[in-house]
Amino acid sequence: MMGIAMASAMATPEEVPAGPADAVKFAPPAEDAIPNSPLGDMIRMGRDIFVDTQTHARQYVGNGLNCVNCHLDAGRLANSSPLWAAYVAYPAFRTKNNKVNSYQERLEGCFIFSMNGRMPPPDSDVMIALVSYSFWLATGAPTGAQLAGRGYPDVPKPPLAPDKQRGAQVYAEGCALCHGASGQGTRLGNAYAFPPLWGRDSYNAGAGMHRVNTAAAFIKANMPLGQQNSLTDQQAWDVAAFVNSQPRPADPRTKAAASTASGR
Amino acid sequence: MTRLQKSTFAAALVFALATAHVEGAVVEAGKTIAAAGNASGAPACASCHGADGLGNAAAGFPRLAGMNAQYLVRQLNDYENGTRNNPVMSAMVKSLTQAERAQVANYYATLPVPAKPMQAGGDAARLASGQRIARDGDWSKGVPACYRCHGPDGSGVPPHFPAIIDQPASYIVAQFTAWKDGARSNDPIGLMKSVALKLDNDEIANVAAWLAANAYPPKR
Repeated sequence: MMGIAMASAMATPEEVPAGPADAVKFAPPAEDAIPNSPLGDMIRMGRDIFVDTQTHARQYVGNGLNCVNCHLDAGRLANSSPLWAAYVAYPAFRTKNNKVNSYQERLEGCFIFSMNGRMPPPDSDVMIALVSYSFWLATGAPTGAQLAGRGYPDVPKPPLAPDKQRGAQVYAEGCALCHGASGQGTRLGNAYAFPPLWGRDSYNAGAGMHRVNTAAAFIKANMPLGQQNSLTDQQAWDVAAFVNSQPRPADPRTKAAASTASGR
Repeated sequence: MTRLQKSTFAAALVFALATAHVEGAVVEAGKTIAAAGNASGAPACASCHGADGLGNAAAGFPRLAGMNAQYLVRQLNDYENGTRNNPVMSAMVKSLTQAERAQVANYYATLPVPAKPMQAGGDAARLASGQRIARDGDWSKGVPACYRCHGPDGSGVPPHFPAIIDQPASYIVAQFTAWKDGARSNDPIGLMKSVALKLDNDEIANVAAWLAANAYPPKR
């Protein structure tokens, strides 16, 4: 087996890689603390959508993914782009669309790019539910604060330039088991047990995950599942370069996508 | 090729060859071996795994009925190559040819699973704790939900991730011990060893109790 480090080399989730010196420590409320109320119902719906987007927000999804595929532990997990850290960081200016975005607009982007679908309207149950779930996860978090565990920790540039040939080897050894030799994922019944990483059922080229640095950071801190922080920086960058060199649906903002209808 | 790839390829090849033939003949041959052993001295599988392939909860012998055939073939191969170890299985498997391994595996895959779980009931708090780990994981220790890899109801994601429900609790616990101390090392990429090293004995006991208390859901 090519040097994929075993359990002993892993960092535990408590050992959060050093972030900004003023990052605020935060933990979301316990799962069973969702209130019994109309708001609580929305929060639960948001959680359901987040974990099984295929079932609960079908009409807005254009591929085979679920939010939880890239935001582990139902959007709760530090260093896995948890919702609670994002919620208090908006409204914010984003260079992606060169404007100040509300939190809802940020979620719209998830549907348009990562889910290769269409955006739920701001007053839709789906959007209100997701915002409610995010709001609840962020209970007590200081608005506008940089929370420890936000996003995926940056992975330093590796010694060698990221190489998709080396990445293909990392992929075959440590990723193909679940994500398929051709990135097709693993089907179980009508759904994906393990998500596709490229091809028509994966995120499109406008998604954040399509950026090699973002993918490297996600992979380093979260993959293989249960073996977070076991890959070297080099391996994370290489496999990210490999995965993101594969074909996938076009960025909807480009001319290539303009002639085709979004989603299925 | 990795060891997993070789082992799985062999299993898949045997499986493919098996399904290329009249499937009934393969299953029938497997049924005979399961019930009576073979001429090379392999004992009847049923003598430990039960006439119906449902295992033996008290003794901790696992259910084979309804398990994925390719996974079962791979386990037999791994008893031979030493990445899985059990005194009875490791000795016995030498008496089974590759074709015979495919036969028994395919036979057991066809056997029905009961509506009742292996070991229903138990301490409610233990079961609740085990359910939480199975369904949500324990991310404070970096442990994903069992169901994330073993299927939303624990009934497996073929061919690599077996069903984990409806197995004797003591068998599940024994596997965790084996992963921890290296007696079992056929888990791809060491995924189960990683989990086993992070869970404490209480959590392992609770998860095992929960899994043993769950039967397969009714077929949709």
